[in-house]
Formats: sequence, C-alpha cells, structure tokens
Amino acid sequence: MGRKLLTQHIDVPGIRQLNTYRQHGGYETLKKALTMKPDDIVEEVKKSGLRGRGGAGFPTGMKWGFLAKPEGVPRYLVCNADESEPGTFKDRYMMERLPHLLIEGMAIGSLALGCRTSYIYIRGELMYVFHILQEAIDEAYAAGLLGKNILGSGWDFDLHVHCGGGAYICGEETALIESLEGKRGNPRIKPPFPAIKGVWDCPTVVNNVESIMAVVPIIRDGGDAYAQIGVGKSTGTKLISACGHLKKPGVYEIELGLPVEEFIYSDEYCGGIRNDKKLKAVVAGGSSVPILPAELILKLANGEPRLMSYESLADGGFASGTMLGSGGFIAMDEDTSIVKNLWTFTRFYHHESCGQCSPCREGTGWMEKILHKILDGHGTLADVDLLWEIQSKIEGKTICPLGDAAAWPVASAIRHFRAEFEEYVKNPSAIRRDHHYYRLNNLSPEFA
Amino acid sequence: MSDSNPIKFSDEALALVHKIIARYPEGRQKSAILPVLHMAQAEFGGWLSAPVMDYVAGLLSIQPIEVYEVASFYTMFNLKPVGKCVIEVCRTGPCWLMGAEDIVQYMEKKLGIREGETTADGMFTLKTVECLASCGTAPMLQIGETYHEKLTLEKVDSILDTCRREVVTPVSHWRKDKLKA
Repeated sequence: MGRKLLTQHIDVPGIRQLNTYRQHGGYETLKKALTMKPDDIVEEVKKSGLRGRGGAGFPTGMKWGFLAKPEGVPRYLVCNADESEPGTFKDRYMMERLPHLLIEGMAIGSLALGCRTSYIYIRGELMYVFHILQEAIDEAYAAGLLGKNILGSGWDFDLHVHCGGGAYICGEETALIESLEGKRGNPRIKPPFPAIKGVWDCPTVVNNVESIMAVVPIIRDGGDAYAQIGVGKSTGTKLISACGHLKKPGVYEIELGLPVEEFIYSDEYCGGIRNDKKLKAVVAGGSSVPILPAELILKLANGEPRLMSYESLADGGFASGTMLGSGGFIAMDEDTSIVKNLWTFTRFYHHESCGQCSPCREGTGWMEKILHKILDGHGTLADVDLLWEIQSKIEGKTICPLGDAAAWPVASAIRHFRAEFEEYVKNPSAIRRDHHYYRLNNLSPEFA
Repeated sequence: MSDSNPIKFSDEALALVHKIIARYPEGRQKSAILPVLHMAQAEFGGWLSAPVMDYVAGLLSIQPIEVYEVASFYTMFNLKPVGKCVIEVCRTGPCWLMGAEDIVQYMEKKLGIREGETTADGMFTLKTVECLASCGTAPMLQIGETYHEKLTLEKVDSILDTCRREVVTPVSHWRKDKLKA
C-alpha cells in the first residue's frame, strides 16, 4: 500500500467542512509556516524535489526562487485550477472533496512568496466547485485563517476564487494570466516570464492545484522526508486520473516509481482491463503526450519494467517513450480504433487553438479534416504522409505548447500504429466495422 | 428592448457584482468580466445579447467591444438564444471511448434535433462539448452546473424527464439562486 500524503483523509465524512478538516490536522501546517522565515519555506519546497503537477514537471521550488521581488510592487500566487487536459480529472476530484487543503496550500505558498492577495483560477464548467471553494474560503475568513492578522500572526492575506469561461488554452500560464485580466486567453510571448511580469504586470507564480496541495505535507514533514518518497528526481506522490477501458477507473495517489503494470493490473489500483480484454494502447499523461502500444508502456525498450515516474515514462525519447504529463492515464482495449480516438483528440486541439499562430490555427484544422477523410473511407496513403508532414511543421513553431500538444498525438499514433492507418486507407469497406469503441451494453437494435 | 423590460441585474445580483469587482486591484475591474458574464447569462435567459453585453460593459466601465471579444472567445457563452435546458455532452476521447457517440445519437433521435440545435418547443438545446474533467466516470453530460456521469440510455431518459418537470430550469452554469452577495 503506497503512502498517501494528499488523499489520506479524503473519505472522511464532512472533510469538506472546516471543522472536520481541522480535526484531522488541517491548518496546523499553516500555523507552523507562520513561525518560519519565508525563504525557509521556499527552501523546504526546493529540497522536496516537487515538480509541477500540471503537466510540465518543472521544479516548483525553482519556479518560486525565480520570482522577482521589487520593492513596493505586489506579487501574486495564482493557482491553475483550469483542469481541461483530456484524461485528467484529479484536481476536480481533490477540490470538490478537500477545498481547505488547497486554501491551506495557497496561504502557505503566498506566505513564502510574500503575496498579500492570491487567486484560484478555476475553469468555468466546474461552477459547482467554484461555489464549494467560495464557501470554504468564507469559512476560512470567518475562522481567522484568511484576512487580517491571520491566527494572530500579524500577517494579512486575501484569497479569491475566479472562474473561467470555457477555454482549454487558459491552462497555459500566460493565457491564464490574460484571462484573469479579463481578456481573451491568448498566450503571451515569453520572455518576459510571469515571474518577472505576470498578472497586471506584477511578478506572478502560477502553480497547479496538486502542486499547491503538495506544499502542505512538504512543510508539515519537511522537504527531505518528501524527497525520500519516489524514485530519483521523481519525488513524492502523484495523483493519477485513470480512465478508459479499465475495471476501476478513478483518481489514485501513487508513490512515484510504481511499475506501470502494477498500476494497470493490480486490484489496489485499476484492476485490469474491462471485460478482461487485452490492452492495446495507453496515453499516460493526458491527451497531449505520445500514445504508446501496450508492449512499450509496460516495458522499456531494453525489456525492464516501465515505472510511473517522469524519467521512466520518458525513457527512450519519443521513439519508444512518452511523458508523465498531468497524470491523465487513458487505457484502450484491443478493440479500440486508434485512428478514431486520434481524430477526437485532433478535433479537440482544433477547437481549442486560440488562433494566434498560423501553424496551430490552420494545421490542427487540416489534421482534423484529413483524419475525418480517412475515417470516412476516402483517405490515401499520401494522406498519412501528409498528416506526418503537417504535425512536424506545427511542433516547436508556436508561441505556446498547444501546438506541440496537438502534434505529438498525431506523430505517435502514426509512429506506432501506421499499419492501422494504412488498413483504413486500403480497405475502406471494413471501416464501419472498424469504428470500434466501447458500445453501451443496453442499446436497442436500432442503435446497435 | 422595451423600457418595460430594461436590462438590469436585481439589487442582490448587483451587490454581488460589486463584491466581485472588489476582489481585483483598483482600476482592474475588467478582471471581473468572466464571472459577471456568467451571472448575466443566468439572469437574462441563458444567452448574451448585444444589449446585455453593453450593459456589462457599462458595469465594468469598459468599451462594449472589450466584452464582445471576450464573450466570443469563451465557449460557455451563448451568443444566440438557447432552450430552457442546455444539454452539453462531452465528446472528447475518454468519453468517446466509453460510448459518448451513442449518447449523442440517442438524444438526437429522442429530441428530434441535431447536435447544436434547439427543440421546436424551446425546451432543450443539445450541444457537444470538449473534455469536462469527468473522464473516469464517462460517458457524461452537463446540464447547468450539474454533472451527470456514467450515463446509460435509461439515465438519459430520466434526466430528460426531470428537466421537463422542473420549474426553475438550469438555463445557465451559474445557478440563479447564487445571484446574490
């Protein structure tokens, strides 16, 4: 049984309420942090080795260390709760059940960074969670855990929750900042980085929900204790959102370094593939990361077991590896059409492209159309090459990583499943039958 | 819009608008635009007409074009009238893997409309949307703020029946009873 640092109390009835949260040690870590020097808090986070849990995996303590601190200029900590990466639902799960863990983490982080006001930016579709957070913030104010002279320390701090309007791109930190300023979510050209010039031109740190929450056990137990969990530079625990054709989909807190095979097949985690089918492929870190066929997700190219860690999932580069990303783990059984799944992803990126950069704005649309043509039975072998060509001309040629995120699924699907694309092209009469996906069990004959 | 039906938030909702504006630094009231547009969509029938957007611009002391360009960027804002119940079915990969296409086709047949359309009686608008962070409980749909997960065709039937019976319909994501400070 892996250690649980974030979810150990998640099933306690009433843990969403302040009183219950406090009965289980809630806000004790904030008390401790209030006795520490801000730089010492940052130091503990550096020591912990915590890496950004939103997808990029950049060391959180280092990001905090980059924050500019000019005299007389406010600085901000902004929590990125714009969770929209297909396959990822951990932050929603956590905020809905443990809003006070996020609030406590935001308070500690803001104390460390010297912020007097901070914001939680939550995607607008999660409006019910927005209200849950607001109620929890109201409770915290009433109890003197936010606002003036917090816990008698003399420290004043305000925390607000802000809702988005429906745009995946706002999960990109500079687009999120634009959105928080009340504008369209168009990513900014970097530099300047948000640490120098972020929201309202002030120094800003943007951190994912899970990263902020992880700060609480790090400060409670110390950065060294956190760093002892995990493997190598993948320290601590990670929330994995498991979905697709698994017996037990859901959010699991794992110790980094768990073998992928154990995660998929053991009863403690996903319990294997639904209907005892064979595993065909996995997208291990949200829709943006390369898809891997079963044999490569379970084992490294050299035959050793692949682990759930930043390094092991990336082992082999894009030739035979992928990325941990956001921890959105999508499993597909043997009947799944890789081509059609890819088309839904590409349609997603086309829909979500902000439109600033031509390669992304135009390229995602072209890729969606070509995939649709192939699925419709009108594709040619040249179309498969054209898809490859287009994705290669998007990757690395856009202001923000959405271009890469749109290109990688296409590249990896062709790299590992080219035969399936060719089958669609060569044998269009088989295509209807080949549009495999998990069918609902109770379809009436007219839909079956 | 006639004078007898002016576009104006209730006093309670206006108090909330001012409370939200106060969350941002002095002079940065434009930051309140997304929450206020959500509130406007709830208050004024589930969509944002040009006069409603102009009203929001006035509340935030910004130009109407600044509201139009934001409202047209974010997918949650309806710039055309919608039905009393807006049904948003997730169509992205993880939901598709679990049968979202069947759910959409079933609803299209049952409601007699295509995705993106509104029923003739003005009751239902059927939309498909991108990932709503409910992949482990797929397939799913959202009506108002409520997530309906692990859908089956029976569940869809019962959801539609419930919508027909409701007095206050969930026309927007921001609940009408939350339009107060």
